[in-house]
Amino acid sequence: MNYHGTRDSTGRTPLTCHVDHPTRTGPRTPVRPTFWESATVTNTVDTAGSAVGTTRVKRGMAEQLKNGVIMDVVTPEQARIAEDAGAVAVMALERVPADIRQHGGVARMSDPDMIDGIIEAVSIPVMAKARIGHFVEAQVLESLGVDFVDESEVLTPADEAHHIDKWAFTVPFVCGATSIGEALRRIAEGAAMIRSKGEAGTGNVVEATRHMRAIRTEIARLGTLDEAELFGAAKEIQAPYEVVKEVARLGKLPVPLFSAGGVASPADAALMRQLGAESVFVGSGIFKSGDPAKRADAIVQATLHYRDPEVIAKVSRGLGDAMVGINVDDLEESERYAGRGW
Amino acid sequence: MTATPTVGVLALQGDTAEHLRVLGDLGVPAEPVLRPEDLDRVDGLILPGGESTTMSKLAVRYDLLEPLRKHIGEGMPAYGTCAGMILLADRILDGAADQETVGGLDMTVRRNAFGRQSESFEAGIDIEGVDGAPFEAVFIRAPWVESVGERVRVLGQTPYGERAGRIVAVRQGGLLATSFHPELTGDPRIHRLFVDMVKGQA
Repeated sequence: MNYHGTRDSTGRTPLTCHVDHPTRTGPRTPVRPTFWESATVTNTVDTAGSAVGTTRVKRGMAEQLKNGVIMDVVTPEQARIAEDAGAVAVMALERVPADIRQHGGVARMSDPDMIDGIIEAVSIPVMAKARIGHFVEAQVLESLGVDFVDESEVLTPADEAHHIDKWAFTVPFVCGATSIGEALRRIAEGAAMIRSKGEAGTGNVVEATRHMRAIRTEIARLGTLDEAELFGAAKEIQAPYEVVKEVARLGKLPVPLFSAGGVASPADAALMRQLGAESVFVGSGIFKSGDPAKRADAIVQATLHYRDPEVIAKVSRGLGDAMVGINVDDLEESERYAGRGW
Repeated sequence: MTATPTVGVLALQGDTAEHLRVLGDLGVPAEPVLRPEDLDRVDGLILPGGESTTMSKLAVRYDLLEPLRKHIGEGMPAYGTCAGMILLADRILDGAADQETVGGLDMTVRRNAFGRQSESFEAGIDIEGVDGAPFEAVFIRAPWVESVGERVRVLGQTPYGERAGRIVAVRQGGLLATSFHPELTGDPRIHRLFVDMVKGQA
């Protein structure tokens, strides 16, 4: 898996795609986009040498997951429950965040056997988590055929200064963000989807709410700035000017914005949607609850009908015990995940 | 048919917003379709990209499957992209257990036929009825059409490589389907063709 883009005299980056994939047979079809400027999945984040042709395919994949729920699962059986409930994708991992918190220690990429088992069990897309900066874990996940890699603060970071160079991969990445600057830095590194970075494994949605509000407010503010002010804003939020300008023009991120962290109930999911999340990740909230199948189903329905309190009321009835939550204020600074990554 | 028809976009899941935007760019009144009664207000329907299993489960749960079958069976023009193509197929391969489709197009579609996301790709494809340069087609975990009945016209096939000759665009009367996602590229030519079909002009 290697992409080499070389600029020609027109300033475009013609794509040559050399795919050398040990797990697959047969030659790959070279993809040579002849135009991309009109893409509605914008390719403006054109860092030198990146494969502009696949930006559209990566971001396009993220677009397909909109208006849905992505569920954390630790076994093939849970994956099937999630698929039956109407999940748009599953996140395959060994321990849900609530257990990672409880067990402590270093949290790493999951066992490939476990990920294979889940890929085998369902036909919907499968995501998996790599540690922040751990590009080898990401390479392994890509070779396993996962459909999306989450460079996740829920796992123990492997690099204190650098995130993964996500342009170097064929597989798309989702990254967490607490603010617009963080979101745009991740997009500049090649992320095809941004999610909030709520405190995973707490069952407490307050941090995700903070991130969604912060990102939304900042997007709106960028839209009010003139050209000169956008240069200042880029400096202030420490993000590349080109991406900042694109957000100001679009009035939204150039990639889908999802919510993650602390969602435990149908109402939580609808709250995230009303705050601007295009889809919702649910981690510990489903399979740490009393009746996972029913709760999974209810959260899918509330995510779809997020503006309809009657539907949310109906699906919230008789769900059994929610996961036991943790107050974020009770967490020591070292136990907080949102501060991981920068 | 009215001069300016309203086109609905199924909003159960997926990239509904992208289709609505392309229709908006063409100046075509468009609205999301989530409930059975929404179908009565539209002259044609787009079934978007997304997860076909999720959409078909939600269509069953919200009593939308039978109304969809009824409207499409009675001749409502419809256009399916990717997951939407699967929903319009009379027969599917590699679907989830008990996966239901709306049907209407006399074809067999193989789900995720082009592979997982790491095999998703884009390619220029000539589409019959679409003039000009080859269409920049974006394929994402895309299906292909395994076989078609005699009433179905093949409009486009993959051009080269190991995937050459796969059927990726078809039409049968007022029903249109593509394996790929024109809503992601900003090229409105296929949407324009569909709108013309809704108007009864193509």
